[in-house]
Amino acid sequence: MTPGEPLIRGDWLLSHVGEIALRVGEHLELTVIAVVVGFLIAFVLSLAALRIPRLYAPITWTTGILYTIPSLALFALLIPYTGLSLLTAEIGLVSYTLLILIRNIVAGVRGVPAEVRDAARGMGYTDRQILWRVEIPLALAVIFAGIRVATITTIGLVTVTALIGQGGMGYFILLGIQLFFSTALIVGALGSVVLAVLADGALVLAQRALTPWTHAR
Amino acid sequence: MAERRGATVELREVTKSYGDTVAVDHLSLTAPAGRICVLIGPSGCGKTTSLRMVNRLIEPTSGDILIDGQNILREDPTQLRRRIGYVIQQVGLFPHRTIGENVATVPELLGWPAARIRARVDELLSLIGFDPARMRDRYPAQLSGGERQRVGVARAMAAEPPLMLMDEPFGAVDPIVRERLQNEFLQLQRAQGITVIFVTHDIDEAIKLGDRVAIMRAGKLVQFAPPGELLAHPADDFVAKFVGSDRGLKRLALLTVGGAELDPPVDPSRLDGAPVLSPAMSLRDALAEMLASETQVGMVRDGDRYLGVLTLSHIGRLLRTEDRP
Repeated sequence: MTPGEPLIRGDWLLSHVGEIALRVGEHLELTVIAVVVGFLIAFVLSLAALRIPRLYAPITWTTGILYTIPSLALFALLIPYTGLSLLTAEIGLVSYTLLILIRNIVAGVRGVPAEVRDAARGMGYTDRQILWRVEIPLALAVIFAGIRVATITTIGLVTVTALIGQGGMGYFILLGIQLFFSTALIVGALGSVVLAVLADGALVLAQRALTPWTHAR
Repeated sequence: MAERRGATVELREVTKSYGDTVAVDHLSLTAPAGRICVLIGPSGCGKTTSLRMVNRLIEPTSGDILIDGQNILREDPTQLRRRIGYVIQQVGLFPHRTIGENVATVPELLGWPAARIRARVDELLSLIGFDPARMRDRYPAQLSGGERQRVGVARAMAAEPPLMLMDEPFGAVDPIVRERLQNEFLQLQRAQGITVIFVTHDIDEAIKLGDRVAIMRAGKLVQFAPPGELLAHPADDFVAKFVGSDRGLKRLALLTVGGAELDPPVDPSRLDGAPVLSPAMSLRDALAEMLASETQVGMVRDGDRYLGVLTLSHIGRLLRTEDRP
């Protein structure tokens, strides 16, 4: 950092509004794709684990290992196959969402009270109707808790994907490091945090709208 | 409400075994149409297993179950369950659905038109003493235990089933609420003529609600009789013990003052302090009032008519004569 220069330079911010907006958009896009694709994969795997309980251990074991691989290492491993691409970024991001999402979907469905399931079956719901009309809706609160954690984690991880040329707020962090320029560094880091907080808030609101019974008094 | 008749349920040599354990052992009994048939016995006697075989939540190992002569083991279980009401102790209301949506469950599964469902929901909510406009859109968590239990009964009755299965439906509420729910339920059941198979471990509940009571032990039917007969002539020591050493008193609860022999009226001035009894009163309540008074007798009046005098020896004689088979 050049001595005497302020921590944040307002003129730089003003002249880069367009670029900041672009990077925010990239960041959100990378996050949404990762969480949506991750959720779809996790949902299918969870249904399999719920139907065939002995699949649950190998599924959580495998996704647990994926979760522990350092993100930089994972990208480095993928680059020879998928290059410096969006696909490389998303493979990494998606694999980090799976463990938390699967755990919460399965726990949420298993947590449905036995008497509610018994009443549903006793009134003539088919297994499929019990899953879609009773178990999934009642598991929503726990599932949403998983989506929130997955989303926040992903927003943090997306900053790393700048290293493989995918933009996002990580771009400013890299820029700040390379140029010894604190304004860009702060914009990148703070921007990522603000995005995470806003995304979490939006998910809380979405959950409240989808589960009106949890807060009716 | 349209007059409907309940279904007749017949169990023929029904057996359920889990490996070497026999939960229900060649059970045969007929639940008559429009009546309440109570299954009772100690824990593990097979009463709940028997109940759950009637809507095939449990599949019998052998034997047949017939509803109005139709063998239900040849039916699709899901379709079968939609025409049988089902109420359990923990109620099992759907927490994510409003009271109205809960009650509408089976009519919706059966594809009733929306207007008919709505009318039926409001009718049922009124029947269980709710203001439909006020309660329809609430969630189960906003109700008391007794209210939830009422909704459970309404939900089971929604599609006008000819048969209801109830597994200790009033077991989880306090005694005062339980008594009120039992009375309301009896009225509903009588008005709608539904056949009910009712599981309980509470002998007083069985005597109060049952038209027929089946006492089970270790998967076998020990005695199947109207409650009065069960109390008067227990089939064996097990039944006698199960109905309790106060079975004489319990029988009195089933008999009324009007059914007892009376002494001719005497001058009321000689009966100072004697309780006034009505013919509709149970002999048990009459006895309690008589014992508490100085005279130990009761003056029986039907409105303005003075019918006679009830004495302790009349009550004793009634119990003794009814005891003889």
